[in-house]
Amino acid sequence: MPSVCFYFQVHQPVRLRHYTVFDKNDHYFDDNKNGSICRKVANKCYLPANRLLLDMIRRFDGRFRISYSVTGLLLEQLERYSPEVMSTFDALAETGCVEFLAETYYHSLSFLYSRNEFVEQINKHIEAINYFFGQKPKLFRNTELIYNNDLACLIESMGCFDAIITEGADHILGYRSPNFVYQPKGCNHLKLLLKNYSLSDDIAFRFSNRDWAQWPLTAEKFAQWVSNVNGNGNVVNLFMDYETFGEHQWEDTGIFNFMRHLPGEVLKHPDNNFKTPSEVIQSYGSADEVDVPHIISWADTERDLSAWLGNAMQSNAIHELYRIEKKIKSTKDEKIIADWRKLQTSDHFYYMCTKYFADGDVHKYFNPYDSPYDSYINFMNVLDHLHKRCSVETDDGALGSASGIENLPDLQPVE
Amino acid sequence: MLGWEFPPFISGGLGTACYGLTRAMDQLDMEVMFVLPKMVESKYATHVKLLTPGSHKSTSFLKFDELKNVQFHAINSSLLPYTTPETYQQKIEETLRLKQEMFGGSVSSASQLFMSKDYSGDMYTEIHRYAALAAELAEDERFDIVHAHDWMTYPAGIAVAAISGRPLVVHVHSTEFDRSGEHVNQMIYDIEREGMHRADKVVAVSHFTRNLVISRYGVSGDKVEVVYNGVERSGKWLMDDTVIDKDEKIVLFLGRITMQKGPEYFLQAAKKVLEVIDNVKFVMAGSGDMMHRAIEMAAGLGIGHKVLFTGFLRGEDVQKIYKMADLYVMPSVSEPFGIAPLEALDNDVPVIISKQSGVSEVLTHALKVDFWDVNEIANKIVAVLKYPPLQMTLRSHGNFEVRRLRWKDAAAKCKKIYEEMLIPV
Repeated sequence: MPSVCFYFQVHQPVRLRHYTVFDKNDHYFDDNKNGSICRKVANKCYLPANRLLLDMIRRFDGRFRISYSVTGLLLEQLERYSPEVMSTFDALAETGCVEFLAETYYHSLSFLYSRNEFVEQINKHIEAINYFFGQKPKLFRNTELIYNNDLACLIESMGCFDAIITEGADHILGYRSPNFVYQPKGCNHLKLLLKNYSLSDDIAFRFSNRDWAQWPLTAEKFAQWVSNVNGNGNVVNLFMDYETFGEHQWEDTGIFNFMRHLPGEVLKHPDNNFKTPSEVIQSYGSADEVDVPHIISWADTERDLSAWLGNAMQSNAIHELYRIEKKIKSTKDEKIIADWRKLQTSDHFYYMCTKYFADGDVHKYFNPYDSPYDSYINFMNVLDHLHKRCSVETDDGALGSASGIENLPDLQPVE
Repeated sequence: MLGWEFPPFISGGLGTACYGLTRAMDQLDMEVMFVLPKMVESKYATHVKLLTPGSHKSTSFLKFDELKNVQFHAINSSLLPYTTPETYQQKIEETLRLKQEMFGGSVSSASQLFMSKDYSGDMYTEIHRYAALAAELAEDERFDIVHAHDWMTYPAGIAVAAISGRPLVVHVHSTEFDRSGEHVNQMIYDIEREGMHRADKVVAVSHFTRNLVISRYGVSGDKVEVVYNGVERSGKWLMDDTVIDKDEKIVLFLGRITMQKGPEYFLQAAKKVLEVIDNVKFVMAGSGDMMHRAIEMAAGLGIGHKVLFTGFLRGEDVQKIYKMADLYVMPSVSEPFGIAPLEALDNDVPVIISKQSGVSEVLTHALKVDFWDVNEIANKIVAVLKYPPLQMTLRSHGNFEVRRLRWKDAAAKCKKIYEEMLIPV
């Protein structure tokens, strides 16, 4: 009897404004663009999708259940630019059929670079979810589903989580199916939920692809695929970006209609049901232990970190960013720390990806820059300025007028 | 094929392009007969001793032996028997008078005007003489297509096509709007326009140029094809013998110092860069009618000691300067294609190119700027000099990308265009 477990990732970065080496202003973010994108996505996706799902939950009287992970950065932006979305999320939380997960508040890659920062950001996110939705998250998902054994151990040691979520990548599962609950290697009680990427991507990526043999995808057909899991698994984990609805797949592809009919079709089969992630781990014991010594993610076909850290610019930018952590935090200046944290959002590094640049594919669609080079230059100019600001704070303005690279020995000296 | 210049005797990209294209066509076993004018005396003496039938085999740089299927014809008026010196002289005088009327000034001022284009002196006469002689030549030769490169050869192309009844392709490497902005030379414009309209097909070196051909010359869009230029890989790896010990970064401008190439934007950006970084020198390699103004401007901006002028470079000197450079900047106001950035990338030099260029359509691993956005040019120059990972990524990806831009593809595309034209309708 497969349970369908929906989890939607909801996130928007805070994009940088055009910032040249000649800029001296300490406002780094493009409020206008962030506001307009936030409102646009709210109108195309968040509002209609929230209303639809709320409607479905009510119609099925609690038998349709879902979960979300909404980043702290998006919560901040929604409050500011689109408060009506916040109220629909609130209404969803009120139904008792919606679970909110925890992640890093800033949608960052901090796990890879600073464990302290990582834990601080998770705690900040837990607080925010508790504040807005009155829930203490019991499950953790890392940015881009980045995962390995170490991460699971760290999350277990935090003491507040029951399970963790990651990609059901073929190479970690081998012959095993993602449709069971697993246990991470090296953990005692923490459980592991794995994304069924095949069925998830049928909705998230292939839904509107007319070259796909299964196009058009109907709710009936999809429910049949879910039912096929019967006898060969306990849970079908459908994890995807929330922007799938209305933004990645436009409304005219029929994605909303699909979702409207899906719960009814799935529930037609008496053995099927919907569960939130917490309910899944309460219902099913772990089938096996999964060993992930090397880092995985849910990105691209490689399922690795190359989309964020694949070239010299990306790794340079992120190393420089985390190298100044101590200096940033010793300023005790909240504005400086918040600015630094907003720079940690994984999207900034994704924009610098040169992997598929020449072929012009999805990477481009989400990229506010003309080229990965422009994004690197912009990011480094901002980081450079931020670094100068904390020098000013710590040295009582001694380096206030510092400009030129000679004055910044820490930051990539010229060879 | 009708051309105006050919390496090593070149003043710009046109000769390089003709060489690359014909070489690639040669490799595709296409037979090319390349007709070059033999120009009269000018201050660019190198143009003169060019390619008389016996001499070109000895010019080692070219390796003409490689070009099995390419035949060269250099037209030399005094050797051609079709006309007596007297009538020829009359002709010249006639055209000169014509021109005097046209410009309402003296001959010298008119020719000065032409000098400013960096080509040789009395161009108008040359063009028509070239046309007449090419037409003469056409009567004795067999060919399927007439392919004329740039406006100087259009009248010849029209004449040859008319005499032979063969279809005409004109290849637009540059337009008068690129070279002179809005201050076009009406006579050149008229020649260009007539060539494009009389042609059966117009080949533009980029969509940028194609748009100009359509909007400024009123040519129907379905007649205009885009064939991108390629780059000739130098194949030389001089890395080791030119490891220059330097504590200063070098930013390079390489091209004719004319209005079209945007030298003043380069200098203004240099000034801004120097406000932020000190250990950098700006090298301007090339000559042109704005050279003196550029020197004065550098001095006026107070950066004279940071800007070096090398004059016109060719051959090994170009290679050398590339090896020294950390960055190549092409702030062209209007650039039909721009082969030089490809050469820079081929020599492992990252490039900043203006968005107002054809080459920006084919390069993704380059920094792109609006030529007028001096602030942004300076911002990007600083970033490249300051962040080694940026330079490294641009260089490695750019070098890889350049290898895909081959003359072979350009030649193949021309071949396809020819074949379509030769299908009887």
